[in-house]
Amino acid sequence: MFDFLQGYDVLGAFWMTVKLTVLSALGSLVLGTLLAAMRVSPIPLMRGFGTAYVNIVRNIPLTIIILFSSLGLADIFGVSMGASDFAVQGFRLAVLSLVVYHAAFVCEALRSGINTVPVGQAEAARAIGLGFGQTLRLIVLPQAFRAVVVPLANVLIALTKNTTVAAAIGVAEAATLMKTMMENEAQTVLIAAVFAFGFVVLTLPTGLFLGWLGKRLAVKR
Amino acid sequence: MDRVPVRGAPHVDGPYFTQTRRMFTMKLRNAATASAAVLALAVTATACGSSDKNDSGSSGGGNIKIGIKYDQPGLGLKQPDGSFAGFDVDVATYVAKELGYKPSQIQFVETKSADRENAIARGDVKFIAATYSITDERKQKVDFAGPYLLAHQDLLVKANSTIAKGTDLNGKKLCSVTGSTSAQNVHDTIAPKANLKQYSGYSECIAALQSGAVDAVTTDDSILAGFASQDKYKGQFKLAGLKLSNENYGIGLKKGDTALEKKINAALQKMVSDGSWNKAVTKNFGPAEYKNEPAPKIGVIVK
Amino acid sequence: MTSVLYDAPGPRARRRNVLLSVLFSVLLAALLWWVWQALDDKGQLKWALWQPFTTADAWNTYLLPGLWGTLKAAALSMVIALPLGAVLGIARLSDHRWVRVPVGAVVEFFRSIPVLLLMLFANELYAQSSNIASEYRPLYAVVTGLVLYNASVLAEVVRAGVLALPKGQTEAAYAIGLRKGQTMTSILLPQSVTVMLPAIVSQLVVIVKDTALGGVMISYAELLSARSTLAANYANVIQSFVVVAVIFIILNFTLTSFASWLEGRLRRGKKTTGAVLSPNDATIAGTAATGAGGGVA
Repeated sequence: MFDFLQGYDVLGAFWMTVKLTVLSALGSLVLGTLLAAMRVSPIPLMRGFGTAYVNIVRNIPLTIIILFSSLGLADIFGVSMGASDFAVQGFRLAVLSLVVYHAAFVCEALRSGINTVPVGQAEAARAIGLGFGQTLRLIVLPQAFRAVVVPLANVLIALTKNTTVAAAIGVAEAATLMKTMMENEAQTVLIAAVFAFGFVVLTLPTGLFLGWLGKRLAVKR
Repeated sequence: MDRVPVRGAPHVDGPYFTQTRRMFTMKLRNAATASAAVLALAVTATACGSSDKNDSGSSGGGNIKIGIKYDQPGLGLKQPDGSFAGFDVDVATYVAKELGYKPSQIQFVETKSADRENAIARGDVKFIAATYSITDERKQKVDFAGPYLLAHQDLLVKANSTIAKGTDLNGKKLCSVTGSTSAQNVHDTIAPKANLKQYSGYSECIAALQSGAVDAVTTDDSILAGFASQDKYKGQFKLAGLKLSNENYGIGLKKGDTALEKKINAALQKMVSDGSWNKAVTKNFGPAEYKNEPAPKIGVIVK
Repeated sequence: MTSVLYDAPGPRARRRNVLLSVLFSVLLAALLWWVWQALDDKGQLKWALWQPFTTADAWNTYLLPGLWGTLKAAALSMVIALPLGAVLGIARLSDHRWVRVPVGAVVEFFRSIPVLLLMLFANELYAQSSNIASEYRPLYAVVTGLVLYNASVLAEVVRAGVLALPKGQTEAAYAIGLRKGQTMTSILLPQSVTVMLPAIVSQLVVIVKDTALGGVMISYAELLSARSTLAANYANVIQSFVVVAVIFIILNFTLTSFASWLEGRLRRGKKTTGAVLSPNDATIAGTAATGAGGGVA
């Protein structure tokens, strides 16, 4: 029944999906945190930049960003990401695009987490004589972090699914392989089922676990 | 997208309760107006979308539907003013004229490579002239009239490039279209060590060639010549002239429609004999130093 | 300005802020200058490459039909997905286990797989076993993929919207003798519509963005694939990307602004009923909703 899988590296394709996901998740967490820091900073210019970044990136399809990274950045501006081999280059460009795109959402998740902490908490902390660092470290961030787990989990799951967009520039991940297989093999439904199962395996447990964690950690107010 | 309740959806527990209780006087009217607006927009969209569906099919209303490519300069290109130009378009127009259709009765339909057999089988188009190589595999699904052009897989390189034969490609950067036979050929036989970049369309490859991101683009010489002779690329590129394969372009039509096949073959023969064929070749491929093969004999396929 | 993170700045903090502002603006200017130089270096600032967008041809032949394709697919998907999502959402709230559980499984399934997979699958399925003409197949496939995915997402929106209502509403409805169906249709749903509307409009942004996927992967004739034909004619890759991206930004920004305006209006509407919202209330209801923007995928 599953003979059609022969000759295709399905696991390899999903491994590529996982690699894209993990690297992009780390990257967008870093960039997103930076942006969030800007968006809540006391400096208007930084706030403005953060807001502009989020509003622009959030409203562009990821497909455009990924295609542009290859057609524009690599082909015309010669940004080769330190790779001469096109397969490696495509992978790195995809990670870069995924980071740029999801950083906007990470930023929003973090910012909303910080916003859940009532101003009164910080005021009370200052009233009992805690300094800026202590307020942040002991009072604000622990609460913000808890509120951020679920929104961040949502971004992670969306990111996992969005790695398929890398197929637009030919990165050899799951969606690319599925397209090839569907063109060559007759068992359309079975092929789709295999790949759907793969993504369910990748996203559902993550969602359930982080959802549970988020609920557990949630600050009851 | 968000997975748990979604933004906009308030938390289930918590003080939201007190708030909702207060909105007893529902702002339902506003909500309804807004959703009605969205709905109206969508309904108009559907209505208009389906209205141009009426005249589908091949023989309706005295029009003829012909499948071509939209994105291949020199063969089939949708121009900025909405008209179509290219060698395939000229051939299709000539054949349609011989079948008794005026140019105004021709409706060109885009048939992408992967869709060609299906479009013919379902009768979406009467025939297809879209860089359609005659192969044994395709012959099982559709019939072919022609061939009307003999093309070869070739390389397009920069005018000052030193690439002169297939093996020169090893270690070089090459661009072709995803899943194309040209890409496969390079990979399997011509230059297995070439660094291959694949895009969904040739224009992307040409842009990469122009900027120097790749060293060569490979596909049929007719397609490459079409790009190279566009005004904006004139003088920048040359064909390597390698004849890496033989591609016999035919006109695809419904399997078993021998009457139509005969008529189209007769039209193609007339096109060659009255000189229109040569004129079309010069007009469309002229400036690219493209040494076209002489007009192929109908029914003779060069392997 | 005070926030939870910092106090109103004193003289020292003000000095530091000014310094940081200057530093940041220098960095920003350097970045912009670098991008500008790179564009200039590659000859991308030549007017000839931008000029096509001032002609009617570029718009009438490529961009507007493309935009129309985008809007058509998005609107169709929304119109089909919304009622389907409502049905699924309500079914998931059912008292009957045999309804709730399978529907829940379906919803969770379609939410966990990428919309691109659904589109590719639908496209292939229609090609093999349907009579849809090949010119319309991409549209059908794109709409199918978007509907399956977004109906599941909207099902969750509806469910959350209904669950967000106070239990008292249901209890009161039962008390005056309404049946389950009546309670849902005449008490719960009308009230939750207001709660859900901003989320629904935001979801529209997600749909609009996802149509681009259909353009690139299954050659649906929308804005992004129109860009490719346009660039084949004018040889202006960078410029066409910029223009198309700006169109998407304007379109989606309009939608998101509408969503947040709607949200504000609905929220204000509640305020006018008399009582005062504690800031705490506002933040809790707000964080879930204030993201006046498109979803992630």
